[in-house]
Amino acid sequence: MHAAAHVRTGFDIAPASDHSILVTLGAEISPEIHTRVRKFCELLARNLHDAVMNVHPAYASVLVTFEPRMADLEEIGAYLDALLERIEEVELPPARLIEVPVCYGGEFGPDLEEIARRSNITPEELIRLHSSSEYTVYFLGFAPGFAYLVGVDPRIVAPRLEKPRPEIPAGSVGIAGAQTGIYPLPTPGSLRLIGRTPLRIFDPKRTKPSLLTFGDRVRFFPVSPEEFEIQCRQSE
Amino acid sequence: MPAIRVVEPGFQTTVQDLGRPGCAHMGVSPSGAADALSLRLGNLLVGNPENSASLEMTLSGGVFEFEGDCLIALTGSDFASRLDGMPAPNWVPIAVKSGQVLRCGKTRAGARCYLSVHGGIDEPLALGSASTHLLAGMGGHEGRALRAGDVLRVAVPAAPSRHVKQVHPQRALRWLATDVIRITPGPQAHWFSADSVERFLETPAMVLEEFSRAAIHLAARRLELVRRDEMLIEGVCCGAVQVPPTGRPVILFVEPQTTGNFPKFANVITADLPRVGQLKPFDKFRFELVSFDEAREVLRQQEEWIDSLE
Repeated sequence: MHAAAHVRTGFDIAPASDHSILVTLGAEISPEIHTRVRKFCELLARNLHDAVMNVHPAYASVLVTFEPRMADLEEIGAYLDALLERIEEVELPPARLIEVPVCYGGEFGPDLEEIARRSNITPEELIRLHSSSEYTVYFLGFAPGFAYLVGVDPRIVAPRLEKPRPEIPAGSVGIAGAQTGIYPLPTPGSLRLIGRTPLRIFDPKRTKPSLLTFGDRVRFFPVSPEEFEIQCRQSE
Repeated sequence: MPAIRVVEPGFQTTVQDLGRPGCAHMGVSPSGAADALSLRLGNLLVGNPENSASLEMTLSGGVFEFEGDCLIALTGSDFASRLDGMPAPNWVPIAVKSGQVLRCGKTRAGARCYLSVHGGIDEPLALGSASTHLLAGMGGHEGRALRAGDVLRVAVPAAPSRHVKQVHPQRALRWLATDVIRITPGPQAHWFSADSVERFLETPAMVLEEFSRAAIHLAARRLELVRRDEMLIEGVCCGAVQVPPTGRPVILFVEPQTTGNFPKFANVITADLPRVGQLKPFDKFRFELVSFDEAREVLRQQEEWIDSLE
């Protein structure tokens, strides 16, 4: 099933199960490969196949699941192969910019001071660095609405917690490695927490439950605890 | 229209249909019945479209009082159900009178029993499906497992639908037995040593108590990695057998995370996913590695059998 036509390194189409195919578009986390992933998903969306059930974009791959009672691996493999041929011709729509208020530190960001200490900067400087970068949603995964945001300033990179917290409040903002994230729902998690947003990141009652979409640009801006409370009430 | 009043909910009872495709890009897995075969058969037995919303009971069943006459069917595991004290067998349509009480007990074998009702359970669709997604808090009855006092309305039956009169229990259970679960190689199958794979396949695996619609944790022979590459997070789907650093495999199930960073040794074949839905803690079973062609053939046979039911 390997696509003979794709001599470009790093491209591969291979079955992951009897009802899914993994399309590999690279081997690293980079803006170029992220753009390829977006382009491929855009092609999938514009050329729907009846049997395709789900599309799972990730850092450098796209998993495509299908209904095996409607099509087989060969048919879906050929469909994906033909799309891959056209990846260069895709023009992506401009990315949205989403601004996310964050109340940094205190009870919302129990790890803020430690990360600042590790990085030899003041907590204020850490807040400034975290809220002055522009991040990109590389994909959503792990839990409903959870965005993998890439673009953390190298000065505030911190390792993942060795022991995940059993339950993290919804809206918590954290850092791990070069990634920052917002917990949409109360889940366990291993990001180091630096603050919390009053926005509802995932709300099943909305027509579009997830606030963030794959490809979005994101900026954080600091708000006071008072402003946080006001915005929490507004988003209820 | 009739309604079903939940007197006791049982261990974990949720409204399920065949799931909610098309949401993985926002981190939402399809959900849907853990044993989709039993849900489909239950619906066929009461003359519903196969995808109609039914109740999925887990390990121990609920007590339900019917308000209005209904046609129901119980499928999947035998929960020793009784209707006003009389045995209510699985795999046949049962006419229920208003006021009667259905008491489903503990499982005798298997993990899940389905209660389907003519017309289907009437719940608003969330992103196209009535299935409960517990983590997302969406779909089903208020996005959660049922509680005592909940009242479930029964929907007005749609246009006449295929109506199966009976399902031979032995034939159905042949597709639900949990002694062998068939798998095809996963994307990182070649990351594991041939020796450890051989021992893994020879030795029965056991289901641990960490058992949910999201994931089934197993005690099994350790799968040894021969590659130590850092894995980039990639998409995962139902039935993936992923191996965390502990070497103890986990089957990702109907409500899994949508991406993961552990190597995937294998994936359960589609035709055997209903068996996974019938695995319960401490069950022992063997994995059998098959080809993609065999997986397709088994699924074809299963569908042919469903089509042949009268």
